[in-house]
Amino acid sequence: MSATATTTGQIHEEPGGGKETNYLNVTHTIKSWLLTQDHKRIAILYMVSTAFFFLLGGIAAGLIRYELTSPAGVMLESETYNKVFSAHGILMIFTFLVPAIPAIFGNFVLPLMIGARDVAFPKLNLMSWYLYMTGGSLILWGILAGGVDTGWTFYVPLSSMYSNGQVTITLVGIFIAGFSSITTGINFVVTVHKMRAPGMTWFRLPLFIWAMYATSVIMILGTPVVAVTLLCVIFERAFHLPIFSPELGGDPVLFQHMFWFYSHPAVYIMILPGFGVISELIANFSRKRIFGYHFVAFSSLAIAGLGFLVWGHHMFVSSQSMYEGIVFSLISFLVAVPSAIKIFNWTATLYKGHIRFQAPMLYALSFMGLFTLGGLTGLFLASMGTDVHLTNTYFIVAHFHYVMVGGQMTAYMGALHYWWPKMTGRMYHEGMAKFAALILFIGFNLTFFPQFIVGWLGMPRRYHYYYFAPEYQPYHIMSSLGASVLALGFGLPAFYLIASLINGPKASANPWGAHGLEWNIASPPPTENFLEIPIVTDEVYDFDPTSEFEQEAGTHRIMHGDAPGLQTKDGDKKPMEDK
Amino acid sequence: MSDMTLHHDHGHGDEHGHNPAQAHQFENMEQQTECYITGMWTFLVTEVMFFGALFVAYTLYRWNYKFDFYNAHEHLNVMMGGINTMVLLVSSWFVVMAVQGAQLGKRNQVLAFLAGTQLCALTFLTIKYFEYSSKFADNLYPGVGFTTNPEHVHHANLNHAQIFYGFYFGMTGLHAVHILVGILVIGFLMMKWYRRHPSVVNDFVYTEMVGLYWHFVDLVWIFLFPLFYLQANPFPPSVGGH
Repeated sequence: MSATATTTGQIHEEPGGGKETNYLNVTHTIKSWLLTQDHKRIAILYMVSTAFFFLLGGIAAGLIRYELTSPAGVMLESETYNKVFSAHGILMIFTFLVPAIPAIFGNFVLPLMIGARDVAFPKLNLMSWYLYMTGGSLILWGILAGGVDTGWTFYVPLSSMYSNGQVTITLVGIFIAGFSSITTGINFVVTVHKMRAPGMTWFRLPLFIWAMYATSVIMILGTPVVAVTLLCVIFERAFHLPIFSPELGGDPVLFQHMFWFYSHPAVYIMILPGFGVISELIANFSRKRIFGYHFVAFSSLAIAGLGFLVWGHHMFVSSQSMYEGIVFSLISFLVAVPSAIKIFNWTATLYKGHIRFQAPMLYALSFMGLFTLGGLTGLFLASMGTDVHLTNTYFIVAHFHYVMVGGQMTAYMGALHYWWPKMTGRMYHEGMAKFAALILFIGFNLTFFPQFIVGWLGMPRRYHYYYFAPEYQPYHIMSSLGASVLALGFGLPAFYLIASLINGPKASANPWGAHGLEWNIASPPPTENFLEIPIVTDEVYDFDPTSEFEQEAGTHRIMHGDAPGLQTKDGDKKPMEDK
Repeated sequence: MSDMTLHHDHGHGDEHGHNPAQAHQFENMEQQTECYITGMWTFLVTEVMFFGALFVAYTLYRWNYKFDFYNAHEHLNVMMGGINTMVLLVSSWFVVMAVQGAQLGKRNQVLAFLAGTQLCALTFLTIKYFEYSSKFADNLYPGVGFTTNPEHVHHANLNHAQIFYGFYFGMTGLHAVHILVGILVIGFLMMKWYRRHPSVVNDFVYTEMVGLYWHFVDLVWIFLFPLFYLQANPFPPSVGGH
């Protein structure tokens, strides 16, 4: 910690006074960004780099949707089409969805929320970003050098023996990016266990922290398994390591078991952070303590735990025994229980809350609808009877996009809009943001709802040629039109968020009147987060529901520095007067 | 509304007087030590999962092809593997003594025992080198050049023997990579102790973390050795093995 002695951890700003030093303006050199150990700056590094990979994955998605508008394809060769959808999956999953919320918002707000100066291992945190960039660059190199046609799942023996694409380099990239997940997971687990401020007990933790903790547990337990599995494929390609070689008596389905042992929990890596974000948004924009806090907290852990026991539902049609299938099917149904607990508890939180429909809340509400649909259609796929009919159809594509895009991406947008003022110190155009949230919701449903229908009718996934089933075309055209709207929904925020950096009004410390330690410090926060580590004495989401005034005063509520006359939860008593 | 007060015991006031080994993000040395130890154990959990996946796969194949794996394993050199096991066990004891030295602040003890550990690690790799060379001489590495001589695999099915040697080289090789990393890390630690760097001299936790890592690497071998070298004869008594 250097040269930050002038920063303040609390809201002491003189109105219209001198410029505050914060983590953004404390230094300006490129080196100070690339070698930073500040969790907030690393979060920004992640935000920019994941956005870049998201853009690339989005371009691939656009190509897919364009190609599917005609039953005979429009412009891509079959092999090129395979490479495009593989690139879309690999980029979106490994370089965007897995790191996005944990590495951006987790990194940024986790230490703030628990009252810590930084994560436990700042150097490891920086290393995590470099690992991510190395992995991402290798994946990109693989795509530029010809791409892979295996899909993001890299099933053997296609990936190990037959595929001539850049499988090895792509796998090495994913392997390295995996270690960035692992280091982030280790950092978060240790930080949550050991770095909480005095008084910040486990059950005073914001639910976003519980979700991050559950996510980190999956990252720690799952990622090494997929790393070693992909390593086996790399070694099979390079040195004929015969672990999955069917011609020698090896078992290719073992690859699927090992792959999905990580990759099914990995979809919970992708959705649990979303749950955490939504819990924050629902509580703070309903101005109510979340209904059933303990249930919501433990349901995150339950999803993380159960997530490790359901991988077999990806192999209902891959030579797995029926009895295994029954067990995996049953446990997969059980995942619906903690997921439903969350949805019901959020709904109960809304009941009689002081709901404010600001942009982040719109994303949260849209999440609840879309995730519910995505989750319920998951049950169609978890029961073996319907799954045999729906396996490898567009129904699956629609299902996981409802969870991953309708769920996680919507939560990502919600988080982005919620913490943007804290991260940048600027307010964006609220009307534009609400409009974008609406566009995203409409575009998303238009894109993916027709895919449920066309999948149910039998359109297989990963096909671009459906010349003999032209009746599918209207659904594909609807979907492609929706994708254009969806692109607008993602493009608009890029426009008005960047505009807010240039001429947005300055954000106050707590523009939403939200509750939590991160809102007690200046926006953007000083490098060391807290001038002095706070002592937490109140419960999480401890709103006073009777106090309309509190909402209005949101911009300068907080701690002992409050202006006179501001109402605290205990009447007008100010904490400092206790002394 | 928020009932926050400020904790005046911490913060800038005492940041000048604290242990130079303490990093800025921690409030005190206890917190730092706890974080480092928890972090190291969490890292070891990931390592367990990393090796664990391979152990599961190996178990599966050994269950499926128990006769072939048994026959193929007879070509492994139990003596060399056994000596290596002893070498690693001794090295773990050295590490324990080095960590004790670090806790007591006895620099010479730390350096001497870490040097002993390095010696063990190099001995292990040297023996490993001779072991691998003899397997390579018999063309037992997986791939198109895999041996076709049934004597080399003791009449096991050649394909299944190839899978066995795939696991053998894969898992012991991954373990050897961990030994190499250990040598580098211990070397780095010794350099810091030699130069009396405050981060290690004032805080034993770095030495302890390296120690934990070394014990883990040792422990992996303790599982690898019996699973590969000491297989029980699966043949019924009337048939007999080789």
